[in-house]
Amino acid sequence: MRKNISSIIKTGLIIQALFLFTCANAQKDTTDLLSLLGEEEPTVDYATATFKTTRVINMHSVENAAAGVLDFRINHRFGPFNMGVNNLFGLDLAYIRLGFEYGITDRLMVGFGRSNVNKELDFFGKYKILRQSTGKKNMPISLSWFSSTVIRTDPFPTTDRKNYLSSRLFYCHQLLIARKFNESLSLQLAPTLVHRNMVLDSTIKNDVLALGAGGRMKITRRTSINAEYVYVLPNQLEYKYKNSFSVGIDIETGGHVFQMHITNSYPMNEKGFITETTGTWGAGDIRFGWNISRVFTIKERKEPSH
Amino acid sequence: MKNLILSIAIIAALSNSLSAQKYFTKEGKINFFAGTKVEDISANTGSATCVIDAATGDIQWSVLVKGFHFERALMEEHFNENYMESSKFPKSEFKGKIENIGSVNFKADGTYNVKVKGDLTMHGVTKNITTDATITIKGGVISCTSKFFVNPKDFNIAIPSAVQDKISNNIEINVSGTLAELKK
Repeated sequence: MRKNISSIIKTGLIIQALFLFTCANAQKDTTDLLSLLGEEEPTVDYATATFKTTRVINMHSVENAAAGVLDFRINHRFGPFNMGVNNLFGLDLAYIRLGFEYGITDRLMVGFGRSNVNKELDFFGKYKILRQSTGKKNMPISLSWFSSTVIRTDPFPTTDRKNYLSSRLFYCHQLLIARKFNESLSLQLAPTLVHRNMVLDSTIKNDVLALGAGGRMKITRRTSINAEYVYVLPNQLEYKYKNSFSVGIDIETGGHVFQMHITNSYPMNEKGFITETTGTWGAGDIRFGWNISRVFTIKERKEPSH
Repeated sequence: MKNLILSIAIIAALSNSLSAQKYFTKEGKINFFAGTKVEDISANTGSATCVIDAATGDIQWSVLVKGFHFERALMEEHFNENYMESSKFPKSEFKGKIENIGSVNFKADGTYNVKVKGDLTMHGVTKNITTDATITIKGGVISCTSKFFVNPKDFNIAIPSAVQDKISNNIEINVSGTLAELKK
């Protein structure tokens, strides 16, 4: 009998210990109830705002207008600083491109613009092939395809050749490879092919290969310093053409992005600043310019984008 | 004697499991209105998580900031980039207590008004808030809703003067969820 009771007490103590143990467990749980739900399912975390807008400066960035968003752009490039005080250091002379650009989906955007440089119309499409992400899907870079066509509509430059429409066409194809390294630093590389249907004579190539490089460094939450350089592989262009180099600042205010910069290029479409830049940084042959982007939401989104 | 000790142990074990009764959701809804007369700024998410401990009244919420969706893509980008800095502060959390949990009978249908008090952490800043909430129990389904207001300034979220008249300094936040029993 005695032995029996002691074994019952023992069992009781064990149960008591278990009870205390579970109590202690419950105690631990209350400090972080959410941990009871177990490991969170990983989500795909896409890098957003690699650049503030669809351009680094002249060059397209991996950013697109979002689906249903119209981006109205006004770009100006003034005359070179070395025009002197009589021309207010170039401000008396203005080149302008007006652009209407639209996001069809979150990955695909199209746009057209008209520039008073050679009275050119440009049409482009840009598609996001890869998006930089972490989490469930790890992708170190963003990759976009960009293609544009430019039509010169100014009087035909030569009278000794026939004025075909095709002679007025230019094409540009680019791969945009970018990475947002951290909150402030993003870099982009852009292998580029420009094709000119008509060139001056047979010694000049129709196809031009180039490599664009650009980046931005945020200095505050709403401003960043940008720079870009387009290296045209040697022996492709006439001597007078230079590589395009620009530095600038992005300022974002609500629906606007202002990009102000100094550049040696005045054309504002791809074939223009890549193959027709004439300014040299050394000789003060650089100019002030700006891009103004204003976005309008045409179609509001009902579903989340990804 | 033997029966007595055993039954005490069993009751203790039972009451313990009873007190550990918890409810949860991973599809909690949160929406907020941060606009003014000038501009409509609102966003919502349906993937907030919540756990309530029915015995102690402990309640916890967690939500991914990037999970909030706006009708305007640019607003969403600015929300994440400029205001919430969601890469730096990916989650917002609430950890608190339902003060009068004792008045809620989770086993019977009914609507109970409760007071919730706790710490709200957003944008890396923790602030104590108190709010009224409603717990409704109907046919074993537990749902809860609450509405409260926050001032972005309290959470160190700077509003630039250019948009000051567009963004409210009294942001309305609505929280709701349908909770299921958490089986462990």
